[in-house]
Amino acid sequence: MKNIKFVVYGIVFGIILTKAEVISWFRIQEMFRFQSFHMYGIIGSAVIVGAASIMLVKKLKLKSVNGEDIIFPTKPYNKGILIGGAMFGLGWALTGACPGPIFAIIGNGYSVFVVTLIFALLGAWTYGLLRDRLPH
Amino acid sequence: MIDFLKEPWPWYVAGPLIGLFVPLLLIFGNKNFGISSSLRHICAMCMPMKINYFKYDWKSEKWNLFYVAGIVIGGFLASHFMMETGKVDLSIQTVEDLSLLGVEDFSSYLPGDIFSWDVLLSPRGFIFMVLGGFLVGFGTRYANGCTSGHSISGLSNLQFASLAATVSFFVGGLIMTHFLLPLIF
Repeated sequence: MKNIKFVVYGIVFGIILTKAEVISWFRIQEMFRFQSFHMYGIIGSAVIVGAASIMLVKKLKLKSVNGEDIIFPTKPYNKGILIGGAMFGLGWALTGACPGPIFAIIGNGYSVFVVTLIFALLGAWTYGLLRDRLPH
Repeated sequence: MIDFLKEPWPWYVAGPLIGLFVPLLLIFGNKNFGISSSLRHICAMCMPMKINYFKYDWKSEKWNLFYVAGIVIGGFLASHFMMETGKVDLSIQTVEDLSLLGVEDFSSYLPGDIFSWDVLLSPRGFIFMVLGGFLVGFGTRYANGCTSGHSISGLSNLQFASLAATVSFFVGGLIMTHFLLPLIF
Protein backbone atom coordinates (compact mmCIF):
# COMPACT_ATOMS: atom_id res chain seq x y z
CA MET A 1 0.00 0.00 0.00
CA LYS A 2 2.82 2.39 0.76
CA ASN A 3 3.72 2.27 -2.93
CA ILE A 4 0.36 3.65 -4.06
CA LYS A 5 1.52 7.20 -3.48
CA PHE A 6 4.28 6.66 -6.01
CA VAL A 7 1.68 5.70 -8.62
CA VAL A 8 -0.06 9.00 -7.89
CA TYR A 9 3.21 10.97 -8.21
CA GLY A 10 3.88 9.12 -11.46
CA ILE A 11 0.44 10.03 -12.80
CA VAL A 12 1.03 13.71 -12.09
CA PHE A 13 4.48 13.49 -13.65
CA GLY A 14 3.10 11.76 -16.75
CA ILE A 15 0.47 14.49 -17.11
CA ILE A 16 3.10 17.23 -16.85
CA LEU A 17 5.38 15.55 -19.42
CA THR A 18 2.45 15.25 -21.81
CA LYS A 19 0.95 18.72 -21.29
CA ALA A 20 4.32 20.46 -21.62
CA GLU A 21 5.04 18.53 -24.85
CA VAL A 22 8.27 17.17 -23.36
CA ILE A 23 7.34 13.81 -24.89
CA SER A 24 7.20 15.27 -28.39
CA TRP A 25 9.96 14.13 -30.75
CA PHE A 26 9.55 17.52 -32.43
CA ARG A 27 10.32 19.43 -29.23
CA ILE A 28 13.52 17.43 -28.73
CA GLN A 29 14.57 18.14 -32.32
CA GLU A 30 13.84 21.83 -31.75
CA MET A 31 16.04 21.71 -28.65
CA PHE A 32 19.00 20.06 -30.37
CA ARG A 33 18.70 22.62 -33.17
CA PHE A 34 18.61 25.55 -30.69
CA GLN A 35 15.42 26.83 -32.30
CA SER A 36 13.25 27.28 -29.23
CA PHE A 37 13.70 28.12 -25.58
CA HIS A 38 10.93 25.73 -24.49
CA MET A 39 12.97 22.67 -23.43
CA TYR A 40 15.83 24.78 -22.01
CA GLY A 41 13.29 26.72 -19.97
CA ILE A 42 11.80 23.51 -18.62
CA ILE A 43 15.07 21.83 -17.69
CA GLY A 44 16.61 25.09 -16.42
CA SER A 45 13.70 26.10 -14.20
CA ALA A 46 13.34 22.51 -12.94
CA VAL A 47 17.00 22.55 -11.84
CA ILE A 48 16.64 25.96 -10.18
CA VAL A 49 13.57 24.81 -8.22
CA GLY A 50 15.20 21.45 -7.41
CA ALA A 51 18.45 23.06 -6.25
CA ALA A 52 16.66 25.69 -4.15
CA SER A 53 14.54 22.96 -2.57
CA ILE A 54 17.55 20.83 -1.69
CA MET A 55 19.33 23.84 -0.18
CA LEU A 56 16.25 24.60 1.89
CA VAL A 57 15.84 20.99 3.02
CA LYS A 58 19.51 20.93 4.09
CA LYS A 59 19.34 24.32 5.77
CA LEU A 60 16.22 23.45 7.77
CA LYS A 61 17.62 19.95 8.43
CA LEU A 62 14.29 18.47 7.38
CA LYS A 63 13.62 14.78 7.88
CA SER A 64 11.52 12.59 5.64
CA VAL A 65 7.90 12.06 6.69
CA ASN A 66 8.97 8.74 8.24
CA GLY A 67 11.41 10.62 10.45
CA GLU A 68 14.48 9.30 8.61
CA ASP A 69 17.50 11.39 7.65
CA ILE A 70 17.14 12.34 4.03
CA ILE A 71 19.60 10.73 1.61
CA PHE A 72 20.56 13.23 -1.09
CA PRO A 73 21.32 12.19 -4.66
CA THR A 74 25.06 11.67 -5.11
CA LYS A 75 26.53 10.56 -8.41
CA PRO A 76 30.13 9.31 -8.51
CA TYR A 77 32.16 10.29 -11.56
CA ASN A 78 33.72 7.77 -13.93
CA LYS A 79 34.45 7.49 -17.65
CA GLY A 80 31.19 5.61 -18.18
CA ILE A 81 29.34 8.86 -17.55
CA LEU A 82 30.92 10.36 -20.67
CA ILE A 83 30.72 7.33 -22.96
CA GLY A 84 27.30 6.15 -21.80
CA GLY A 85 26.05 9.73 -21.69
CA ALA A 86 26.96 10.31 -25.33
CA MET A 87 25.36 6.99 -26.31
CA PHE A 88 22.17 8.03 -24.55
CA GLY A 89 22.33 11.40 -26.33
CA LEU A 90 22.42 9.65 -29.71
CA GLY A 91 19.38 7.61 -28.71
CA TRP A 92 17.61 10.64 -27.24
CA ALA A 93 17.83 12.51 -30.56
CA LEU A 94 16.64 9.42 -32.47
CA THR A 95 13.68 8.45 -30.30
CA GLY A 96 12.97 11.95 -29.01
CA ALA A 97 12.49 10.33 -25.63
CA CYS A 98 14.41 9.82 -22.44
CA PRO A 99 13.21 6.97 -20.20
CA GLY A 100 10.40 8.94 -18.47
CA PRO A 101 8.82 10.10 -21.72
CA ILE A 102 9.04 6.56 -23.17
CA PHE A 103 6.49 5.50 -20.54
CA ALA A 104 4.35 8.61 -21.06
CA ILE A 105 4.37 8.15 -24.85
CA ILE A 106 3.06 4.60 -24.44
CA GLY A 107 0.30 5.99 -22.20
CA ASN A 108 -0.50 8.54 -24.90
CA GLY A 109 -1.43 5.66 -27.15
CA TYR A 110 1.63 5.39 -29.41
CA SER A 111 1.64 1.63 -29.04
CA VAL A 112 4.68 1.17 -31.26
CA PHE A 113 6.76 2.71 -28.46
CA VAL A 114 6.37 -0.58 -26.60
CA VAL A 115 8.99 -1.81 -29.07
CA THR A 116 11.26 1.09 -28.12
CA LEU A 117 10.78 0.27 -24.43
CA ILE A 118 11.60 -3.41 -25.04
CA PHE A 119 14.81 -2.44 -26.80
CA ALA A 120 15.66 0.05 -24.06
CA LEU A 121 15.30 -2.85 -21.60
CA LEU A 122 17.45 -5.00 -23.84
CA GLY A 123 20.02 -2.18 -23.92
CA ALA A 124 20.04 -1.97 -20.12
CA TRP A 125 20.34 -5.76 -19.94
CA THR A 126 23.22 -5.82 -22.43
CA TYR A 127 25.00 -3.18 -20.38
CA GLY A 128 24.62 -5.42 -17.33
CA LEU A 129 26.05 -8.34 -19.29
CA LEU A 130 29.08 -6.43 -20.60
CA ARG A 131 29.64 -4.17 -17.62
CA ASP A 132 32.86 -5.76 -16.33
CA ARG A 133 34.45 -5.51 -19.76
CA LEU A 134 33.57 -1.86 -20.41
CA PRO A 135 35.80 1.09 -19.43
CA HIS A 136 34.49 2.94 -16.38
CA MET B 1 -9.18 26.91 -15.61
CA ILE B 2 -10.57 24.34 -18.04
CA ASP B 3 -8.94 26.24 -20.88
CA PHE B 4 -5.62 26.19 -19.08
CA LEU B 5 -5.84 22.44 -18.54
CA LYS B 6 -6.61 21.85 -22.21
CA GLU B 7 -3.95 24.12 -23.66
CA PRO B 8 -0.28 23.13 -23.79
CA TRP B 9 1.51 24.21 -20.62
CA PRO B 10 4.29 26.79 -20.98
CA TRP B 11 7.80 26.03 -19.75
CA TYR B 12 7.50 28.29 -16.70
CA VAL B 13 4.62 26.17 -15.41
CA ALA B 14 5.97 22.74 -16.30
CA GLY B 15 9.63 23.30 -15.37
CA PRO B 16 9.09 24.40 -11.74
CA LEU B 17 6.49 21.64 -11.28
CA ILE B 18 9.02 19.04 -12.48
CA GLY B 19 11.65 20.56 -10.16
CA LEU B 20 9.29 20.09 -7.21
CA PHE B 21 9.48 16.32 -7.71
CA VAL B 22 12.99 16.45 -6.26
CA PRO B 23 11.88 17.59 -2.76
CA LEU B 24 8.55 15.75 -3.06
CA LEU B 25 10.26 12.38 -3.45
CA LEU B 26 12.95 13.22 -0.88
CA ILE B 27 10.52 14.31 1.81
CA PHE B 28 7.61 11.96 1.21
CA GLY B 29 9.55 8.89 0.19
CA ASN B 30 13.23 9.55 0.96
CA LYS B 31 13.82 8.59 -2.67
CA ASN B 32 16.05 10.14 -5.28
CA PHE B 33 14.22 11.28 -8.38
CA GLY B 34 15.36 9.16 -11.32
CA ILE B 35 13.70 7.04 -13.92
CA SER B 36 16.26 5.03 -15.90
CA SER B 37 16.96 2.80 -12.89
CA SER B 38 13.49 1.35 -13.50
CA LEU B 39 14.98 -0.30 -16.61
CA ARG B 40 17.55 -2.05 -14.41
CA HIS B 41 14.89 -3.15 -11.92
CA ILE B 42 12.72 -4.64 -14.67
CA CYS B 43 15.73 -6.58 -16.00
CA ALA B 44 16.57 -7.78 -12.48
CA MET B 45 12.97 -8.86 -12.03
CA CYS B 46 12.43 -10.56 -15.41
CA MET B 47 15.75 -11.93 -16.60
CA PRO B 48 18.62 -11.60 -14.13
CA MET B 49 20.45 -14.60 -15.71
CA LYS B 50 23.03 -14.64 -12.90
CA ILE B 51 24.50 -11.34 -14.13
CA ASN B 52 26.21 -9.47 -11.28
CA TYR B 53 24.65 -6.13 -12.22
CA PHE B 54 21.21 -7.64 -11.62
CA LYS B 55 22.05 -9.35 -8.33
CA TYR B 56 20.60 -6.96 -5.79
CA ASP B 57 17.39 -6.56 -3.90
CA TRP B 58 15.24 -4.94 -6.62
CA LYS B 59 12.19 -5.37 -4.41
CA SER B 60 13.50 -2.63 -2.14
CA GLU B 61 13.36 -0.33 -5.18
CA LYS B 62 9.84 -1.30 -6.16
CA TRP B 63 8.60 2.26 -5.69
CA ASN B 64 10.34 3.14 -8.95
CA LEU B 65 8.23 0.61 -10.87
CA PHE B 66 5.04 1.98 -9.34
CA TYR B 67 6.21 5.44 -10.35
CA VAL B 68 6.75 4.54 -14.02
CA ALA B 69 3.42 2.69 -14.10
CA GLY B 70 1.91 5.97 -12.91
CA ILE B 71 3.65 7.82 -15.76
CA VAL B 72 1.93 5.53 -18.30
CA ILE B 73 -1.45 6.21 -16.66
CA GLY B 74 -0.73 9.96 -16.52
CA GLY B 75 0.09 9.96 -20.23
CA PHE B 76 -3.16 8.16 -20.92
CA LEU B 77 -5.25 10.55 -18.80
CA ALA B 78 -3.66 13.67 -20.24
CA SER B 79 -4.09 12.52 -23.83
CA HIS B 80 -7.73 11.50 -23.34
CA PHE B 81 -9.09 14.23 -21.11
CA MET B 82 -6.76 17.20 -21.22
CA MET B 83 -5.94 17.76 -24.87
CA GLU B 84 -7.55 19.54 -27.78
CA THR B 85 -5.18 18.84 -30.64
CA GLY B 86 -1.88 17.04 -30.50
CA LYS B 87 -0.28 19.53 -32.83
CA VAL B 88 2.88 21.12 -31.45
CA ASP B 89 3.43 24.84 -31.98
CA LEU B 90 6.97 24.42 -33.29
CA SER B 91 9.40 27.07 -34.41
CA ILE B 92 9.05 27.69 -38.15
CA GLN B 93 12.73 26.98 -38.55
CA THR B 94 12.35 23.49 -37.08
CA VAL B 95 9.42 22.71 -39.37
CA GLU B 96 11.50 23.84 -42.35
CA ASP B 97 14.57 21.85 -41.34
CA LEU B 98 12.59 18.67 -40.69
CA SER B 99 10.58 19.06 -43.89
CA LEU B 100 13.85 19.28 -45.81
CA LEU B 101 14.88 16.00 -44.20
CA GLY B 102 11.65 14.41 -45.40
CA VAL B 103 9.31 14.60 -42.39
CA GLU B 104 5.76 15.18 -43.64
CA ASP B 105 3.45 14.43 -40.73
CA PHE B 106 3.39 17.29 -38.23
CA SER B 107 -0.14 16.58 -37.01
CA SER B 108 0.68 15.13 -33.58
CA TYR B 109 3.42 14.83 -30.95
CA LEU B 110 5.38 12.28 -32.97
CA PRO B 111 5.85 12.18 -36.74
CA GLY B 112 3.75 9.29 -38.03
CA ASP B 113 6.16 8.85 -40.94
CA ILE B 114 8.85 7.72 -38.48
CA PHE B 115 7.02 6.24 -35.49
CA SER B 116 4.38 3.75 -36.56
CA TRP B 117 3.98 -0.01 -36.86
CA ASP B 118 4.08 0.32 -40.65
CA VAL B 119 7.52 1.91 -40.58
CA LEU B 120 8.93 -0.34 -37.85
CA LEU B 121 10.31 -2.98 -40.17
CA SER B 122 11.85 -0.55 -42.65
CA PRO B 123 15.51 0.48 -42.18
CA ARG B 124 14.35 3.91 -41.02
CA GLY B 125 11.94 2.51 -38.43
CA PHE B 126 14.57 0.09 -37.20
CA ILE B 127 17.11 2.87 -36.64
CA PHE B 128 14.71 5.27 -34.90
CA MET B 129 12.70 2.88 -32.74
CA VAL B 130 14.89 -0.18 -32.24
CA LEU B 131 18.45 1.15 -32.31
CA GLY B 132 17.30 4.37 -30.64
CA GLY B 133 15.63 2.47 -27.81
CA PHE B 134 18.67 0.27 -27.34
CA LEU B 135 20.98 3.30 -27.09
CA VAL B 136 18.68 4.95 -24.55
CA GLY B 137 18.69 1.84 -22.33
CA PHE B 138 22.37 0.99 -22.70
CA GLY B 139 23.54 4.60 -22.48
CA THR B 140 21.52 5.64 -19.44
CA ARG B 141 22.67 2.61 -17.47
CA TYR B 142 26.28 3.04 -18.56
CA ALA B 143 26.05 6.72 -17.53
CA ASN B 144 24.26 5.74 -14.30
CA GLY B 145 21.33 8.05 -14.94
CA CYS B 146 19.23 9.91 -17.48
CA THR B 147 17.73 13.36 -17.82
CA SER B 148 15.83 12.99 -14.56
CA GLY B 149 18.52 11.32 -12.44
CA HIS B 150 21.44 13.44 -13.69
CA SER B 151 20.17 16.60 -15.36
CA ILE B 152 17.50 17.36 -12.77
CA SER B 153 18.14 15.42 -9.56
CA GLY B 154 21.95 15.27 -9.73
CA LEU B 155 22.40 18.84 -10.93
CA SER B 156 20.03 20.03 -8.18
CA ASN B 157 22.46 18.54 -5.67
CA LEU B 158 25.40 20.12 -7.54
CA GLN B 159 27.00 16.83 -8.55
CA PHE B 160 29.96 17.23 -10.90
CA ALA B 161 29.28 13.84 -12.50
CA SER B 162 25.77 14.99 -13.38
CA LEU B 163 27.11 18.08 -15.11
CA ALA B 164 29.52 15.90 -17.10
CA ALA B 165 26.63 13.55 -17.92
CA THR B 166 24.36 16.38 -19.08
CA VAL B 167 27.09 17.77 -21.35
CA SER B 168 27.63 14.25 -22.78
CA PHE B 169 23.90 13.80 -23.40
CA PHE B 170 24.01 16.98 -25.47
CA VAL B 171 27.17 16.01 -27.32
CA GLY B 172 25.50 12.78 -28.40
CA GLY B 173 22.24 14.53 -29.27
CA LEU B 174 23.95 17.23 -31.32
CA ILE B 175 26.05 14.70 -33.25
CA MET B 176 22.93 12.70 -34.07
CA THR B 177 20.82 15.72 -35.01
CA HIS B 178 23.34 17.61 -37.09
CA PHE B 179 25.58 14.93 -38.59
CA LEU B 180 23.85 11.54 -38.55
CA LEU B 181 20.15 12.31 -39.11
CA PRO B 182 20.78 13.77 -42.59
CA LEU B 183 22.49 10.46 -43.49
CA ILE B 184 19.64 8.32 -42.14
CA PHE B 185 16.80 10.04 -43.98
